[in-house]
Amino acid sequence: MSQMNMIQAINSAHLLMMEKDPSVVVLGEDVGYFGGVFRCTDGLQKKFGEHRVIDAPIAEGGIISTAIGMGVNGLRPVAEIQFADYIYPGFDQIVSELSRLRYRSGGEFFSPVTIRTPCGGGIRGGQTHSQSPEGIFSHISGIKTVMPSNPYDAKGLLISAIESDDPVIFFEPKRIYNGPFDGDPDKPGVSWSTHPMGEVPKGYYNVPLGKAAVVEEGDELTIICYGTIVHVAQAATRLTGVRAEIIDVRTLFPLDIDTLKKSVEKTGRCLVAHEATRFCGYGAELVSSVQQECFWHLEAPIERVTGWDTPYPHAFEWKYFPGQQRIAAGIRKVMEAG
Amino acid sequence: MQSTKELLVAYRSMRTIREFEERMHIEFAKGGVPGFVHLYAGQEASAVGVCANLSGKDVLLNTHRAHGPAIARGADIFAVAKEIYCRGEGLCKGRGGSAHLHDVKSGLWGANSGVGSGVALGCGAALAARNLKTGGVAVALVGDGAVNQGVVSEALNLASIWKLPLVIVFENNGYGEATAVDYAVAGKDLYKRAAAFDMPGVKVDGHDYFAVYDEVRLAVERARAGHGPSIIEAKQIRYFGHFEGDAQTYRPKNEVEQCRQGNDCLKRFRQHVLNENRVEESDLNSIDTEVADLIDRVYKEAKAARFPGEDELMQSIYASEYQG
Repeated sequence: MSQMNMIQAINSAHLLMMEKDPSVVVLGEDVGYFGGVFRCTDGLQKKFGEHRVIDAPIAEGGIISTAIGMGVNGLRPVAEIQFADYIYPGFDQIVSELSRLRYRSGGEFFSPVTIRTPCGGGIRGGQTHSQSPEGIFSHISGIKTVMPSNPYDAKGLLISAIESDDPVIFFEPKRIYNGPFDGDPDKPGVSWSTHPMGEVPKGYYNVPLGKAAVVEEGDELTIICYGTIVHVAQAATRLTGVRAEIIDVRTLFPLDIDTLKKSVEKTGRCLVAHEATRFCGYGAELVSSVQQECFWHLEAPIERVTGWDTPYPHAFEWKYFPGQQRIAAGIRKVMEAG
Repeated sequence: MQSTKELLVAYRSMRTIREFEERMHIEFAKGGVPGFVHLYAGQEASAVGVCANLSGKDVLLNTHRAHGPAIARGADIFAVAKEIYCRGEGLCKGRGGSAHLHDVKSGLWGANSGVGSGVALGCGAALAARNLKTGGVAVALVGDGAVNQGVVSEALNLASIWKLPLVIVFENNGYGEATAVDYAVAGKDLYKRAAAFDMPGVKVDGHDYFAVYDEVRLAVERARAGHGPSIIEAKQIRYFGHFEGDAQTYRPKNEVEQCRQGNDCLKRFRQHVLNENRVEESDLNSIDTEVADLIDRVYKEAKAARFPGEDELMQSIYASEYQG
């Protein structure tokens, strides 16, 4: 075991998989010589060479389609899109090619591409360095979507994503790359070194796709969340004193409905929280699935706490962000209802 | 120079595409062909001229005008027809349809209707071939309509800076759907875009099998030798509309007829090989007869084939089963 932040954990997953499987290649903007703007691919090109860690120009459509082409023809590419906000030039390639190729070809063609992309706000990055588009991608049949909330899961899930024969969009909440964040921007930052999930094995392990994690056990309320909001929800729960069960879905698609169901059947109350905008957001699917599975166990309407339906609002970043107070208010509302 | 046997193979392939498409035109008008189809008749020289230069380790990508390239690459023509008719034993089990024909065993990555994507996906196929040292090349057949898409420019740049074993063939049939190249493409000459990306670009007569074959051979050799990508613009016309049922109000009335009379790729092929005494006319005539019989059997079998079962709906979305 060693202490790692999320960047080091992601770097370690790359390193191990590239050592283990010569077909694993990495490409993206400044991933090679420079080591990635967030340093996730630091040192890889030096170790594995320019043919396996490929620097690409600013051409996201080209990067993603090249990754697809490599995947179809015997390689296992990990493409980095520097910010999720810049994934859209490659959206057509993801939707029209990557996700559908297996189905369209009757199972003959597939491309085991992993697309890693930092997402989410809270870094004063403005509209093009802050978005949370995970719901858009979770809507597309044929790909899987993942968002870890800590270094241990980040490494284990990334290894599973790379090993998967299905395409995976791997969202990395950049606000928690260096340490957990409880939603209070005025507090000094904390590092992963004191967090139990910052304990990461140096060697190989995996965290399976499609399995949620129960982060905290409780019997009064189920909070379903992922990414940065896991930590905010933990803090918000402490504010209210409610015995909440906090579930980190980790893999957005395929969703581990069994774990959610088991919890809500026990607690009878449910709150869904995410940083992304609300309308047609991923939380809508969570609410719908829980309602369908657990309707007769529910004692109150399911509550949703999310970002507002705005373009990412730079100056109002902390108003937009579903912080401790908003989640705590949501918790109280669910507890008081019914 | 190609052997007599190779020439007969090429002729058979062109004739097969032509007859398949002429019959599809008739069947479509009668009803019974599901959805819509984009026919390749008139353009046979380019797909066949390309594929004659490819081996099993190479990858062909093409567009929605997909029947011709699939047949040229050697996909089972019965499975191609069944795919168009949405049948369970179609090339892609009925999942793809006319505009999406894929076949691993013939090296046909095949068609995508996002018209320029083949160039960009081809970059990855080419990069994989180089990394895995297969000696293979990728060829992207795309239309004139594709050159204006952003991803094509991204891909041409990548192909050039990475010196990829990629050959890009712009099949310029004069119209992107109903919009003429003269209107839609700045500079009009597609091949000239090559200069901006620091790669060779040439224009060939796309109705001349031999011109296409020779230029593609040079480009494939160059790609295999590690010297990077090339662009070939094959100027041609299609004999039918963008899709079947297209009123083609945007075309001069006699455009197709003139080409069929004086510039048809099959007629020109025959003339060329007979003038040079490279094949016997009787062999060409036998191929014509055999192909006509084959096409009869293909359509008969396709129309009688079973549809996929409902249990197949959720298959092959993911590597492992997903039931929704």
